Amino acid sequence: MTVSVELQHVSKAYGDFHALTKIDLQLREGEVMGLLGHNGAGKTTTMKLILGVITASTGTVKLFGESPTGPHADNLRRHMGYLPENVSFYNQLSGREVLAYFGKLKGVSHTEQMELLERVGLSEAARRRVKTYSKGMRQRLGLAQALLGHPRLLLLDEPTVGLDPAATRDFYAMLAELRQHGTTILLSSHVLPGIEKHIDRAAILGSGHLLALGTLNELSQEAQIPLVIHVRGHWPGMDWQQQLQDKEIDCRTVNDSQLELRLPTRRKLEVMRLLLAEPSVQDIELTQPSLDSLYSYFSKPELTR
Amino acid sequence: MNAILIVAHKEFRDGLRNRWVLAISMVFALLAMGLAYFGASASGVVGFTSLNTTIISLSSLAIFLIPLIALLLAYDSIIGEEEQGTLLLLLTYPLSRTELLTGKFLGHAAIMTVSTVSGFGVAAVLIGLLTGELLDPQIWQAFGFFILTATLLGWVFVAMAYISNVVVTEKSKAAGAALIVWFWFVVVFDLVLLGSLVASKGMAGGDWLPYLLLLNPTDVFRLANLAGFEATRHYTGLSHIAAGPLFEPAVLTSILVLWVVLPLITALWLFRKRQV
Repeated sequence: MTVSVELQHVSKAYGDFHALTKIDLQLREGEVMGLLGHNGAGKTTTMKLILGVITASTGTVKLFGESPTGPHADNLRRHMGYLPENVSFYNQLSGREVLAYFGKLKGVSHTEQMELLERVGLSEAARRRVKTYSKGMRQRLGLAQALLGHPRLLLLDEPTVGLDPAATRDFYAMLAELRQHGTTILLSSHVLPGIEKHIDRAAILGSGHLLALGTLNELSQEAQIPLVIHVRGHWPGMDWQQQLQDKEIDCRTVNDSQLELRLPTRRKLEVMRLLLAEPSVQDIELTQPSLDSLYSYFSKPELTR
Repeated sequence: MNAILIVAHKEFRDGLRNRWVLAISMVFALLAMGLAYFGASASGVVGFTSLNTTIISLSSLAIFLIPLIALLLAYDSIIGEEEQGTLLLLLTYPLSRTELLTGKFLGHAAIMTVSTVSGFGVAAVLIGLLTGELLDPQIWQAFGFFILTATLLGWVFVAMAYISNVVVTEKSKAAGAALIVWFWFVVVFDLVLLGSLVASKGMAGGDWLPYLLLLNPTDVFRLANLAGFEATRHYTGLSHIAAGPLFEPAVLTSILVLWVVLPLITALWLFRKRQV
């Protein structure tokens, strides 16, 4: 598989402040990677390094096999799109004027600019000043800007911050479409719920270190975060502990009619069958290991895990 | 090259859009007309005085106004983009920092040029019509030279605004820095020079004072415009001391050009080093 972006032992320091320390990261062609971490974990710095806006203190950054700050930088830049966090654009210009400016700088035709406005749903508002745009509209304009020139690589920095649920859904729908067309996407976020479905792999950053890297499945296995099952029903005198006698299954009685089970994900079906076979069970609720819990697991110092 | 022109074009259009060009032209035209009309009021008459006289009073006023306008125009051109988030974005485009700042300079310089030429030009034609000097080539040469140097003076302060722009980290500080630049070159510099001359009872500086004046672009502008008029040399102390081959209009104009180029190169150099 072709590698789009490669970071090898990359560190970046600003004076005494170590923004990134020895990052090794590969972004494969066509995959969507989530770059997760708190504010200040180094997500934006990582993106700036890939974009070639800053240079690494040590280590090498490769973009399509070449240095993003090298002699071919201008050419590489035509093949990537970037949506910065918090970009408000030029308030006094209209949406189409903003896109025309960036489009011209990237050598993109007027027709394509208009198509992009259409695609992000801003055709109607194209002649209005950006000043009157809502946060969601600005973000869509930002996305149209990032998509200028059919980029092979998209870097999206906190794209859903400040968006309402409907706008977030729209945004992810567009992302899914791009993914189908084989665009490589690096997506940073500190908001975890909802992002799981949209990423192939996750890289978890914390204070400039790469804490974990892998598919969500791999990560949850490594973290061994239990699946939680809440069971409700009516079972006078029934001893669940007895029924589910197993070291791996943690069974706790909440009250007479409620039960909470914690078990490894791989035992899920087996336990489910058992529960379903019991007529006194009225309701079952499953809580999958969420990215949130993965994230808090990997953010802890190694020793306390 | 193309990228430079795209940026320049955008800056210029912004200038037209937010009425900068119109406002500056109007201020310049009204200023020139007003000075021409009331210029002779000190001697007890009101009415249009000749263009020659007007240029002299106009250059004194232009020294205050042009730097201020140029600084206002450009004081936030980099830091403003940074605060909007567009600077980081632009830097990810196929566009070098040098191209970005050069484009901005060309755009702002074009705004200053168009406003200066149209504002003072219209005023000159009107005054010429009213005083009957419209067809006097000598007057036109003098006024043309005034407009040329006034434009250059505008460029100087646009370039200086970029330096303060690149050094500071916030928009409010950029405004402060621009004000300090204005205050230093327009007010303080001459005061210090004059003060030291008076304090030393004219002993110090007799020889090198004129050359010190070249360290201030507003003084270079003043000298260039006053030196052109033999008659005024006797009335204005400044040009009286500044005589010699270095103080020919052509040489002074070249020095003014140098005052554009050096700050611009400094700003480019600082911008390339800047962390984003």
